[in-house]
Amino acid sequence: MSQRSKVIELYKTLLHLGKDYPQGADFFRTRLKRAFLKNKDVTDAEQIKKLIGHGEYVVKELEALYMLKKYRTLKRRYETDILPNLETKIEKTVSSKP
Amino acid sequence: MARVLVGVKRVIDYAVKIRVKPDKSGVVTDGVKHSMNPFDEIAVEEAVRMKEKKIASEIIAVSCGPAQSQETLRTALAMGVDRGIHVEIAAGDLNTIQPIHISKILAKLAADEKADIVIVGKQAIDDDSNQTAQMTAAYLDCPQGTFASKVEVNGKELTVTREIDGGLETVKVQLPAVLSADLRLNEPRYATLPNIMKAKKKPIKKVTPKDLGVDVSPRIEIVSVEDPPVRQAGAIIPDVDTLYILKW
Repeated sequence: MSQRSKVIELYKTLLHLGKDYPQGADFFRTRLKRAFLKNKDVTDAEQIKKLIGHGEYVVKELEALYMLKKYRTLKRRYETDILPNLETKIEKTVSSKP
Repeated sequence: MARVLVGVKRVIDYAVKIRVKPDKSGVVTDGVKHSMNPFDEIAVEEAVRMKEKKIASEIIAVSCGPAQSQETLRTALAMGVDRGIHVEIAAGDLNTIQPIHISKILAKLAADEKADIVIVGKQAIDDDSNQTAQMTAAYLDCPQGTFASKVEVNGKELTVTREIDGGLETVKVQLPAVLSADLRLNEPRYATLPNIMKAKKKPIKKVTPKDLGVDVSPRIEIVSVEDPPVRQAGAIIPDVDTLYILKW
């Protein structure tokens, strides 16, 4: 694959991932575009390779972020047996003020 | 090698704030982001890993729901499922379809497809029923390994580690068997863009419950859907002694 198509594919992948970004797809897209435009004048092949590598790192980080966010949300929703009970207990105690 | 059937449900995305309709007939679903039930993602991932370990020969994903359920099936296909079956549920039945109907459908499809392992998520994040796996096993008259946090396959036998209150339980079940995936079974992969594109070429068969001979007429009537009571505001008290007094 030529370097040009690699860059385009990376951009598409990031754009796709950005759809689920917590702060919104638009937020992500503007920043993504800015990041790519910032390096539009880079011509050195070695330098481009490095930048693609950084982009792929961001892809991995985003995937990990989404996975963790989902896992934590579900864990909080379905596996907090002890803490909420404690919370409601304290709440009850406080609200049943004599 | 085993044939695996996975059930995937299209639900409102876990990150969306759920809103109840003003007439209390249900929740707002129009224009709301939907995605695959996270527990079903874990089930799909487990099936795909079985295929990668050459334990499974073919993975079939089933989704029961409206036309948009095909998108959910596509996600499953992008994760590595071989083909999909979309059981189309008429719009009128969508709110009253229950795990009992789904398990009849799954059992029928598992028998038709000669599936050795049926994997579903332990529960869906919309109705939290947690019944489908158990009832499917009952209809198939086969063993079940529910709340699986680890699954090992040795020949015609599965060793399933189950998450139970306060610990883990390990059971051995003979194939064919039904499994339900708990949160810690695995970490589902992300459906990448190229894979989603490739998944568009994979086949999805469309059937109706009638084709399968399953009656989906409602067994329940939804009386009212309401928001949970809002959490009461806490009170700030000056010191621990006051808390102690309040407690008694």
